[in-house]
Amino acid sequence: MKTLLIGEYRDGKLLESTYELLGFADQLGAETALLLVGSDSQLPLYGGTLYLGDATTCGEYNPDLHKQLILDAAGQEKPDYIVFLHSSYGWDLAPRVAASLKVAQISEIIAAADGSFEVGCCNAKMRRSVKTNTGTTVLTIQAGAFPVLQPGGSPTIKKLSATGSAALEFIGYEPAEKKDVDLGKAEIIVTAGRGIGKKDNVPVIQALARALGGELGASRPVVDAGWVEHSHQVGTTGQTVSPKLYVACGVSGAIQHLAGMKKSDFILAINKDKDAPIGEVADVLVVADVMQFVPALTAKLAK
Amino acid sequence: MKLLVCIKQVPDLESRFKANAEGVWYNETDLAFRMNEYDEYAVEQAVQLREKLGDGCELTVLSIGPDRVVEAIKKALAMGCDNAAHIQDSAASSKDPWQIASIISAYAKDKGFDIIFTGMQSQDRGSAQVGVTVAEQLGFACTTTIIGFAYDGGTVTAKRELEGGIKAAVKLKTPALVTCQLGLNTPRYPTLPNIMKAKKKEITAIPVADLLKEAALATTTSFHPPAKKGGGIVLEGDVADLVEKVIAILKDKTAVLR
Repeated sequence: MKTLLIGEYRDGKLLESTYELLGFADQLGAETALLLVGSDSQLPLYGGTLYLGDATTCGEYNPDLHKQLILDAAGQEKPDYIVFLHSSYGWDLAPRVAASLKVAQISEIIAAADGSFEVGCCNAKMRRSVKTNTGTTVLTIQAGAFPVLQPGGSPTIKKLSATGSAALEFIGYEPAEKKDVDLGKAEIIVTAGRGIGKKDNVPVIQALARALGGELGASRPVVDAGWVEHSHQVGTTGQTVSPKLYVACGVSGAIQHLAGMKKSDFILAINKDKDAPIGEVADVLVVADVMQFVPALTAKLAK
Repeated sequence: MKLLVCIKQVPDLESRFKANAEGVWYNETDLAFRMNEYDEYAVEQAVQLREKLGDGCELTVLSIGPDRVVEAIKKALAMGCDNAAHIQDSAASSKDPWQIASIISAYAKDKGFDIIFTGMQSQDRGSAQVGVTVAEQLGFACTTTIIGFAYDGGTVTAKRELEGGIKAAVKLKTPALVTCQLGLNTPRYPTLPNIMKAKKKEITAIPVADLLKEAALATTTSFHPPAKKGGGIVLEGDVADLVEKVIAILKDKTAVLR
């Protein structure tokens, strides 16, 4: 079995998540070749074949040219699987490659077994097993679902190039907003999720954070709704945290949120839905109405 | 100027899900359906552009599925879409993303759309493939996961959301397709007068067999709950008792409470 793994550079740096692709291929017991669009000044610690495109000519985000490079390498390798991370780069590029080859794509894989792949669905509450009907198959793997594998060595480089006018012009990156709270250093975080119901209830969560001596966190929907500042957001598009105590109040536990907090030492979740995916990572799940339980807990702690 | 927004109707995600008779997707009995949340942002962005461009601009909303999806279509019409296409398919949930994209492309290919809006993924299936695949099939420029959108004279300027709060600014020439991320805008609630007006708007019904010529490239073999990891404690009951129990556990298991 052969895999062509599509790694990632951002802002001239090789992303560590690239090594998760090697962890995935290792679990499949597959041969690997790696493809990157970056530069030879920053090469992965990998002893196999590296198809290398030049980001100075092909850009870091230029889907048309990157697709050409991948199709070129796939033509040479004839892989069973072309594997991306399920990231802003991977979910953007993978369907383009799959459509060009007219082959199946299976998205956001969390496990592999017996020629079938396990993926999450229904907001991570359920799972599907999916099998491909095509020879080559495009896969994207969930960030953090497979172990990082850094094999070491130096790659045998095969240079790729692509030209042509692109339908899309990359203008530039915009850095993350400055953080007025560094949740990464907090020992206790109390997070408000959509389950708190409305903006007026944020102070109730803040009061629990204060009673515990912790910081206020927020889930994405709460930030999108303007209830709490983005600087408090926990998750893949916010901050990644690992406090001693994480209290999730009315947080359902979308994958992107779990990825940002599941390494916390102790997780207490309060949710009225017993099946909410936050329960998968929680040490204690309190099945209750957040707005009844949290004020009662705060009052008791204050005594 | 012609705009298309593609929407999906999905179940309330707080529901309890059970497998259907075939064991490959959820049983719809007892589920309440609504518009996919990502698609609400797509509709709002399309309507805002439609309003900005004024007369001479036409915005169509499309949805694939059984008769129940007409409810989601009506909401999009009440939000400000001009007309609708309902691709009638009582077995839409058994189609793979390639087939769904092929249906949309077959519908759109001779209609001269300038911009197509979709959600970045559906909340129930979550493949994040359909929008990009439609763009590939139609030869449209495409970008994904947008949290900022502007249009001026044949050029779309969009802001993509990347990991860790970083964003990327991109420009695309129309015809273009964008997939919309949560937080792109603030989707409006349809007002009563607009709900009434929407009742007069045209919904064209098209049998899926007229548009679908493609076989599935992937097959779902099972739909099931995640394996329970165990270890976690689930507490239920009276709030005052729960508070006592939680404080006792925090004192015992964490170093943060005395």
